[in-house]
Amino acid sequence: MKLSYLAFKNMVSKPLNLALSLMLLWLSVSLVTFVFQLSEQLSGQLDKNIAPFDMVVGAKGSPLQLVLSSVLHIDVPTGNIPLSEAKTIQNHPFVEVGIPVSYGDSFKGYRILGTELGYLEQYSAQLASGNLFQKSFEVVVGNSAAEQLGLKIGDTFVGSHGLAEAGGEAHDDHPYTVTGILQPTGTVIDQLLISNLESVWEAHDHGDEEHHEDGAHAHDEAHDHSDEHHHDHGEEDHNHEEHDHDDHDHEGHDHDDHDHEGHDHHDHNHEGHNHNDHEHDAEEHNGASHEGHHHEEGEHVHDDHDHEGHDHEAHHHDEEHAHDEEKEITSLLVKFKSPLGMVQLPRFINENTGMQAALPGYEVQRLTKLLGSGVQTINGIAFAILLVSALSIFISLLKTIRERRQELALLRTYGLSTRQLLGLALREGLFLALIGFVLGWILGRLGLWGVSQYLKKVYGYGLELRGPDVFEFYLLGLTLILTFIAALLASSSIFKLNVAKTLSDA
Amino acid sequence: MVKTTDLAYAYEDGKTLSFPDLELPKGEHLLIIGPSGVGKTTLLHLLSGLLPPAQGKITIGETELTALNRKELDTFRGAHMGIVFQQYHFIKSLTVSENMKLRQSYPQNADDKQRRNLLSERLGLADSASKKVTALSQGQKQRLSIALGLIHKPQIVFADEPTSNLDDENCDKVVQLLKDEAEICKSSLVIITHDQRVKSHFQNQVVL
Repeated sequence: MKLSYLAFKNMVSKPLNLALSLMLLWLSVSLVTFVFQLSEQLSGQLDKNIAPFDMVVGAKGSPLQLVLSSVLHIDVPTGNIPLSEAKTIQNHPFVEVGIPVSYGDSFKGYRILGTELGYLEQYSAQLASGNLFQKSFEVVVGNSAAEQLGLKIGDTFVGSHGLAEAGGEAHDDHPYTVTGILQPTGTVIDQLLISNLESVWEAHDHGDEEHHEDGAHAHDEAHDHSDEHHHDHGEEDHNHEEHDHDDHDHEGHDHDDHDHEGHDHHDHNHEGHNHNDHEHDAEEHNGASHEGHHHEEGEHVHDDHDHEGHDHEAHHHDEEHAHDEEKEITSLLVKFKSPLGMVQLPRFINENTGMQAALPGYEVQRLTKLLGSGVQTINGIAFAILLVSALSIFISLLKTIRERRQELALLRTYGLSTRQLLGLALREGLFLALIGFVLGWILGRLGLWGVSQYLKKVYGYGLELRGPDVFEFYLLGLTLILTFIAALLASSSIFKLNVAKTLSDA
Repeated sequence: MVKTTDLAYAYEDGKTLSFPDLELPKGEHLLIIGPSGVGKTTLLHLLSGLLPPAQGKITIGETELTALNRKELDTFRGAHMGIVFQQYHFIKSLTVSENMKLRQSYPQNADDKQRRNLLSERLGLADSASKKVTALSQGQKQRLSIALGLIHKPQIVFADEPTSNLDDENCDKVVQLLKDEAEICKSSLVIITHDQRVKSHFQNQVVL
């Protein structure tokens, strides 16, 4: 008969002692592993999601909220920013990539995100099937969103206003068509329904037409020109008239030679065209989108006329640009070309524009620091329980060794050495530790699974049930060492065992 | 089989106890008889190597016990001696047959199921084989105790007051059982008792 068998039998022969020691061990191990996995995975998720972007530019408000809403998609946005201003930043020499995002609608709790294809590239998202969106109201669906919503290629759905699952007003007149489904990325993309910016604008403009008597046409126009290519002049003209536009630009102007001299520019009151804008324009003109125009530095004031004046020409860039100034996006996600951008741009934006720049890395670090203290507290409690469980193993072993003195003495007469008896006691303790640890580990994972279900439901973020982590092996080691010490201390009486005396004392 | 010379034991309080020299030929049995308090159990513990003698020499078979260290003593005792205790000592977390199996496993690591069954059969424990030892009757415990003293076919079996709690009929039965089993195993049996009823069973007797 193996000593281990005897040790096991001895262990289970005291079910109450066993239960107490096991439960304490369970509790501590499950707590530590659960909290470890939770914090590890949360910060892992966060890091993964913010990795593609160094800066978010959005409306003024809480920077954390901006990051949570625009990068992680778990909060409501701070507001909107003008696309024109975003473009200025996009074209800044320090900026490598700037991706505008616009959102506000959802389908059954899953956000519809209007953005550019570059967004998918930043997250290295690959299509699992179908195609990327090419036109408005075509949408590619993140993997888990597709799974949860049961969306397939060719399916259509209608977005509803707002980000809550209950949903607001449905945009019935603009159904989205699923053209592609993405592979799982392990990032926020898995939870999103991604379309182009125009889809989001258009869905909203039409829905809100009545309340937006000015400004709305700008979006419409942009859309008409750049996307659908069937121009509704009548409506446009009507809009322009209605909004007191500079009709001379549209009608009387000679667009080709850019002759503005006959006009008194200062009388023209273009919406949204203040001097700030012109300054930005100046920067923009260094960019590629205005190649077709040759303006000298001093001519910014004229630019507006040019742009307005070109409305009816085939100059899409200009036209878009003109309307960018009225169009709004929720935020711009920025990746810097050089670390200098990180130093200079956020400060510049926060001090000199009506927008705010937030650094996802910094905000997430702040957030995890906050979470971290909670994690540390729980870990402290868990380790205290671990110590108590070691103490409980010590006490219960001490007790059983005393109770079993005669049995131990008997085993000595059977030929077992002191060392073998010690081995017996240590085995019993280590079995306890192992069983307790494994049970605790399983319990921790069950807890994680439960929380994962909840998080999935509420935030759309799930947690993985991973195999044992290196840290958990360390914890196992720690548990075993603690138990070993406890068992060794409890067994010291074995060395002093007086076999003859013990056996003859009844 | 057993040979002692000038054997003496020193108690913790300094009192020393001397024992007469013993000599038992191989295969023969010995009764050591004497009233309570003369150190019968102490002698048994000395003979089985559980207590170290203050002086003298003990030889069991070919082996001089007094020359062995603690670990060698443990091993020798486990392999070649069987002890039937006055109080019954079992491993309470194991069943009857598991207790027997455990006794077989040390130190030779043997596992002779046939022997267990045979002995259980002869000692009337076959039906209780899978019972917990705590569930046994007094008589069953007595018999299990004898079984544990003999299961590993020791050279020599020591029995400490094996009949003290028994009536005349059972006293005879138990002594006969011990003798029979010892014969079967070709073991020497050494009984230490104050019980005069046992006297008639043994030729070799030492009075303390």
